[in-house]
Amino acid sequence: MTVRVVFGTRANWIGTALGAIVFVSLAAAPWWGGRDDLQLLSEIYAYIALASLWNLLAGYAGLVSVGQQAYVGLGAYSLFALAIQFGISPLWSVPLAGLIAAIVALPVALLVFRLRGHYFAISTWIVAEVFRLLAAQVSSLGGGSGTSLPAAVVVAIAPTRQLRDFTMYWIALALAAAVIALIVLLLRSRYGLALKAMRDSELAAACSGVDVKRTKLLVYIVTALATAMLGALIFLQKRRISPDAAFSVNDWTAFVIFITVIGGIGRIEGPIVGTLIFFMLRQTLADLGTIYLMMLGLVAIVIMLAAPKGLWGLVVERFGWQLFPLERRVLFEERSVRPE
Amino acid sequence: MEWINVILQGVLVGGLYAMFAAGLSLIFGVMRLVNIAHGDLIVLAAYVALVVAQTLGIGPLTALIVVVPVMAAIGYALQWFVLNRTLGDDLLPPLLVTFGLSVIIQNGLLTVFTADSVKLQAGAIEVATIRLAEGVYVGVLPLLQFAVAVAVIGGLQLIFYRTPIGRAFRATADDPAVAQLMGLDNRHVFALAMALSLAVVAIAGVFLAVRANFDPSLGPARLIFGFEAVIIGGLGSLWGTLAGGLILGVAQGVGAHLDPGWQILAGHIAFLIVLAVRPQGLFPKVRT
Repeated sequence: MTVRVVFGTRANWIGTALGAIVFVSLAAAPWWGGRDDLQLLSEIYAYIALASLWNLLAGYAGLVSVGQQAYVGLGAYSLFALAIQFGISPLWSVPLAGLIAAIVALPVALLVFRLRGHYFAISTWIVAEVFRLLAAQVSSLGGGSGTSLPAAVVVAIAPTRQLRDFTMYWIALALAAAVIALIVLLLRSRYGLALKAMRDSELAAACSGVDVKRTKLLVYIVTALATAMLGALIFLQKRRISPDAAFSVNDWTAFVIFITVIGGIGRIEGPIVGTLIFFMLRQTLADLGTIYLMMLGLVAIVIMLAAPKGLWGLVVERFGWQLFPLERRVLFEERSVRPE
Repeated sequence: MEWINVILQGVLVGGLYAMFAAGLSLIFGVMRLVNIAHGDLIVLAAYVALVVAQTLGIGPLTALIVVVPVMAAIGYALQWFVLNRTLGDDLLPPLLVTFGLSVIIQNGLLTVFTADSVKLQAGAIEVATIRLAEGVYVGVLPLLQFAVAVAVIGGLQLIFYRTPIGRAFRATADDPAVAQLMGLDNRHVFALAMALSLAVVAIAGVFLAVRANFDPSLGPARLIFGFEAVIIGGLGSLWGTLAGGLILGVAQGVGAHLDPGWQILAGHIAFLIVLAVRPQGLFPKVRT
């Protein structure tokens, strides 16, 4: 008898096929959507990616950070510095910004990993505050009031405005798709097995030979790298940066956490579902301003208390759907000796 | 003389930070909950004090008679109806729920009071000073604030180690299940701890409001200062928290004296240095 481990069920592959169709039609958005549509979609992609990364960090690796705005801002400021002061093409600056963040994340991790649980969470926030205050000291990038990307830098992306819009849109889509693909591949690898074991019980995972600390460090650095690339792209699209916007705890952490919890933490589909709900709420209620934000906070609290696995968790419990082929199943072949 | 002044002012402000920290440290000690909305509750207390002082036409320190019980009642209700449901092995529910509360309080205050900064007037006491030596003066108000901070920490210490409710706090902190077997209602004990925490928050909020202008956005920074004081001082020790607050206050004062842009940064750097060199804090106490 041979034993084989396979991923997923037929339903997963249907889900993946559907995902591919959605991806292709979204990639064709420049031909069916207007400029506003492209901008809204780009923003949705950025939040899907940010929330997926936070989900990887908190939902799988158990690193509940409230300081990911540190890397959004670091990526954004790296892009502006590279483009304005060193004349590097903004498109090249996006991956470079990620690289810089990954290098910075290592010493930061060594420091904040000294605290656990809640204390880890708040110390990541303090690190983000340090970054924000340091950014406000850089007078060549406008200090506390920030600066804009010069027109020459923007033109370097593509000669016409339309082509620029299209390029940025495709990069945003590609980046979000790459982040999700990266997380799927990571979870299918042996690190994924380690992460799922850690999610269920760190102690049991460590006893089974998982190097918990190294796995956490790896996830922290990979997340920082991707988060910084997203931050660079977000502010390349905004074309204006300031310390308060780039290191905003509300925009890049509170909303991201609410999205993940509303959608379902610890599941790949959660952040995607959560982002779609977040944007639906925003498109209908944003005129209410502060009331909208209070409602968002309230919805997140109610979901955390009433359905801690999030809306997608409810769907899984009810229908057993899974869009991504991640679940390992053991197949017994040939002399079909099936376990009772 | 200049530096003596800087350090003295830092120490006096540090008392306020210790009050921010004491409430935070108290509830973490009893129920392992870090309240992200702690800073926003301090700002809420400041606004409650403002409304009370204006409606009743009384001074801010007299207003404490109303603000302290109001905040304590809010704390009890908050714990009983919301936060008790979040307690457990998972740290995410309390974190997310208090994060949500923080956003709700901030935006609620924005809706009611707008983003304009306001201040609570305390009258003549605000400008009164005492001369300690040639060129060294301290304000009466900061001195009072510092004395109150020491009294609050001493009072908490007394409650914790000398009263039946303090014994209940310590018992529940050590082992909630056994405490329940001994006839304690944990939900009630936790709610009392949160009420006590918010009573301290009320005092801190009033001093925050008298000291300088405030607006609804100040909360998160107050949370961070309180948290830094707790970690610098060492977990589980109330007097350590006071020391942590003073160190943070002095670090910020020295930073501000070197360059106004460095005030907050210097405090964070002091925190990060302690974290790097002595992550258990300067005066840790292993709780018995």
